[in-house]
Amino acid sequence: MEKSIEVHNLTVSYHSKPVLWDVDFELPKGKIIGVVGPNGSGKTTMLKTVMGLMKPDSGYTEIFGQPLDKVRERVSYVPQRESVDWDFPADVMDVVLMGRYRKNNLFKRITKEDRRIATEALEKVNLLEFADRQISQLSGGQQQRVFIARSLAQQADIYLMDEPFVGVDAATEDAILKLLRDMKNEGKTVVIVHHDLQTANEYFDWIVLLNTRLVAAGPKEEVFTKELLQEAYGGRLTVLSKLGDLISDTEFPLREPDFKEDHPKE
Amino acid sequence: MFDPIFIKVLIGTLLLAASSSVVGAFSFLKGESLVGDAIAHALLPGVVLAFILGDGRNPLFLIFGALVAGLIAHYGISFLEQRTKLKADTAISLVLSTFFGFGIMLLSAVQRTGLGQQAGLERFLLGKAAAITLFDLYVFAALAVVLLVSVAVFFKGFQLMTFNEDFAAAIGLPVQVIRFVFTILTVLAVTVGIQSVGVVLMAALLITPAAAARSWTSSLRFMLVLSAVFAAVAALMGTVVSASLPKMPTGPWIVLGLGGIAIISLLFAPEKGWIARRKRAKGNQLKTQRENLLKLLYGAEEREGETVAMTSDMIVAMRRQHLDGLRKTLRSLKKEYLLVERPDGFALTDKGRSEGRRVVRLHRLWELYLTERLGMAADHIHPQAETMEHIITPEIEALIVKELGNPEVDPHQSPIPYEED
Repeated sequence: MEKSIEVHNLTVSYHSKPVLWDVDFELPKGKIIGVVGPNGSGKTTMLKTVMGLMKPDSGYTEIFGQPLDKVRERVSYVPQRESVDWDFPADVMDVVLMGRYRKNNLFKRITKEDRRIATEALEKVNLLEFADRQISQLSGGQQQRVFIARSLAQQADIYLMDEPFVGVDAATEDAILKLLRDMKNEGKTVVIVHHDLQTANEYFDWIVLLNTRLVAAGPKEEVFTKELLQEAYGGRLTVLSKLGDLISDTEFPLREPDFKEDHPKE
Repeated sequence: MFDPIFIKVLIGTLLLAASSSVVGAFSFLKGESLVGDAIAHALLPGVVLAFILGDGRNPLFLIFGALVAGLIAHYGISFLEQRTKLKADTAISLVLSTFFGFGIMLLSAVQRTGLGQQAGLERFLLGKAAAITLFDLYVFAALAVVLLVSVAVFFKGFQLMTFNEDFAAAIGLPVQVIRFVFTILTVLAVTVGIQSVGVVLMAALLITPAAAARSWTSSLRFMLVLSAVFAAVAALMGTVVSASLPKMPTGPWIVLGLGGIAIISLLFAPEKGWIARRKRAKGNQLKTQRENLLKLLYGAEEREGETVAMTSDMIVAMRRQHLDGLRKTLRSLKKEYLLVERPDGFALTDKGRSEGRRVVRLHRLWELYLTERLGMAADHIHPQAETMEHIITPEIEALIVKELGNPEVDPHQSPIPYEED
């Protein structure tokens, strides 16, 4: 199997409370992959750690067999829609163009080529006629499509999306699903954080079941079994969550201070 | 008044105010308005210490002192927020009051020596543009230009950091560097700004122009330009007043001018202004009245099975509406050919009938939705539907119809009237 993402022995804390315990899995290339689990199961934390937005206590993650920094231009990230203030003064085109920002063009003007790519991305999500619309005037589904257009404008090989189906209308859902199929046909990999079990089976080829620890990861036929779902959704592990509270309350470091787990390729 | 020196002071002051308001606009959008205020107050001890320890006449020393104090205050706030369990507002107040108290103490000590009076240190409290020496002015004006250029250079970075910092980090932008540059610019903007409005009122210069500008435009670039213009206009007013009246500080006048601009903006701006919003609410009120009238006539036709005409007296009797208001509603319906006036009263046109049918349909659909989806009792749903029938858009209507599977009757067994093709 060709690897897209590898998560190796990952433990991550939020406000010094562990939300992921020793999670370890590999994901294939060219598939639509769902990261599924109940609320508070560490799905978003996992994605943010892969994107380098949160520092793990231990373990590491790789994309295409490399540390994130070496492949950043091939990776695109779609944060949760609610994570930004949509009252920000910008129009749809402004936001999609942000997908063209790079470290090396930060001080340069936006080029014609950037605009062309952004326009194409808007066309793909059926929002071209909204290019000049203020983002504050968009519906939830339209906002989500703007975020996806921004991500398409990055022209990446792997897309990490955080809950893109939450609070969207039927038209947006259809548009996203069609896009996912197209992306898969182009050999792209899409990893989607998703909490709704009912639709997960129909959307994804491959599923990672999380609930603070890894429950299962594999093709959906293998993972979507009654036993595994029950394990993931059947409530938190009491001992694990008690221990987490204890670690947070007593500010106990998860590793000895001088312990350092080196990344093999850094 | 129009001597060349005054003109120079004037232009300089406008530049100072404009540049700090442009930097402040990003603080405003980030929702960090109070941090700027804290930094401004925290600059006071830095400025006074620079005066005591260094050469009091040299503005470069003052800028250096301000920069150090501002950075300590800024990182002090971040430290308190991250390492203690204090909330942001507590951390900000703590730093603000401690630094400012220390600054006032130093200021009193210097003033007792008589040196302070001579150097016009007081101007840092409330601003006194006319007291600035020409050399100081050149230095600060140069700094203001540096600020404006920096904002232009870092525009993309600041824009993305303010809107979506996680995304900026995800695409590999040097987030730490951009944040540090922004902090430095904020401290410098405050240093520059207090020359005209003083420490105490600095927050107004950082925030008010941006808040006013935001209500006029939804373009970030234009908003920055407008903030600068508003700040410059207010600075013009403050400087002229301060120069004309003896012993009059500049700061309060600039801040009053900004307040006036903000009030005008919040009242009169198109779309976002209070008056525009009132107008919209009024328009919705008329829409509600019109639709209720069409619904009334449609309901009568439904009962009678034929076209019904009603006089305005009959309508007044059936609806609790004043005759004046009703006349206005009738006039607007007639003007759009939704109603015709016949000798025996007002009757629906085809267009009006279709509109009345739509309102009745939405009413019944919503009642059905409430009972089916929210499990509400059939005798509780009418008042809600009375409101929603005016709000539901065609898109939402289509969703409801789809979700309920093209229903035929509402919870009271009245038919749901669809448009006949």
